[in-house]
Amino acid sequence: MAAPSSYKDRNFLAVIGDEDTVTGLLLAGIGHVTTGANATRNFLVVDPKTEIEKVEKAFDEMTARKDIGILLINQHVAERIRYKIDMYTAAFPAVLEIPSKDHPYDPEKDSVLKRVKKLFGE
Amino acid sequence: MSGAGNREAVFPTRQSLGIMKAKLKGAETGHSLLKRKSEALTKRFREITRRIDEAKRKMGRVMQIAAFSLAEVTYATGGQIGYQVQESVKAARFRIRSKQENVSGVQLPAFESYITEENNDFGLTGLGRGGQQVQKCRDVYGKAVETLVELASLQTAFVILDDVIKIVNRRVAAIEHVIIPRTENTIKYINSELDELDREEFYRLKKVKNNKKKALDEADAERAKLKEQEGEEGEQLTITGSDEPADILADEEEKDVIF
Repeated sequence: MAAPSSYKDRNFLAVIGDEDTVTGLLLAGIGHVTTGANATRNFLVVDPKTEIEKVEKAFDEMTARKDIGILLINQHVAERIRYKIDMYTAAFPAVLEIPSKDHPYDPEKDSVLKRVKKLFGE
Repeated sequence: MSGAGNREAVFPTRQSLGIMKAKLKGAETGHSLLKRKSEALTKRFREITRRIDEAKRKMGRVMQIAAFSLAEVTYATGGQIGYQVQESVKAARFRIRSKQENVSGVQLPAFESYITEENNDFGLTGLGRGGQQVQKCRDVYGKAVETLVELASLQTAFVILDDVIKIVNRRVAAIEHVIIPRTENTIKYINSELDELDREEFYRLKKVKNNKKKALDEADAERAKLKEQEGEEGEQLTITGSDEPADILADEEEKDVIF
């Protein structure tokens, strides 16, 4: 069970996605850039040329951060690191797959919905 | 599952029988309580999964609208604003805080979004043209993110509930299939041992009584024999003339032995 300290400080959202999604979400005001020596951003723009390693690294970093409550990730990006998302079962931060402009949302691929289906044996 | 092997290592005494009976009662109470808890959680869990399903579909629509409004912005500003937006980000305006909800003793966190009004990183975005579209796009995306936050809290609740239900069900199964049969076996074992002891005790008493009776009979027979011999000796003694001890014995008892 989650101890209160594990989610009390989680104030931010993070996003990994294509440029349009990230821009839109940043316009909504979720972006947060820390200043200082090791400046971090809570968003990552992924295009088809981005290496998988980079996405994986960003995913690991963002899930390891203690101030992020929700990690939004485009479904087509999630598809590229699917094994990592399927393995990720922690409650915090919550990983949420979202649709993007070019890739409509497919409930069949969603890790959480897959778990729902598995639990109810459908 | 059953059998003589599966029981607790106790001495078959009345005291441990009492302890085992109390334990069985406790296990049964705990089992029914946990079962009820599991049912309550499962009910909640089903509701949440249903809402997740709905919210996921709703999210698809909302994100579509949001993407369309971003396309409008791109058209209105006449170029990509992505780079400018990404570079002007400083601090989050849209934040979340989490609160707790208690479901049958399980703390479920729920996210709540709030907007800090003081900072505005995109004051200059769309300054040249398309400012109105940018503003509209921000509103639409704000609403979309609210939906996402709602969905995220549902999903977190789902993950936590999933774990908790698994644990509770495991406990229920453990009590039902391990602890209760084992305690019952132990009680059975203690009872049979106690019965066995009872029978043994009875048999022992019977034996002791028999032995005593036998010993008594033998002693009687011995005494009788002795008496007979002594009687003969007394006779001999009377014959020899020293009648004093023979007389005493003859006077006391066993007159029938003397002719």
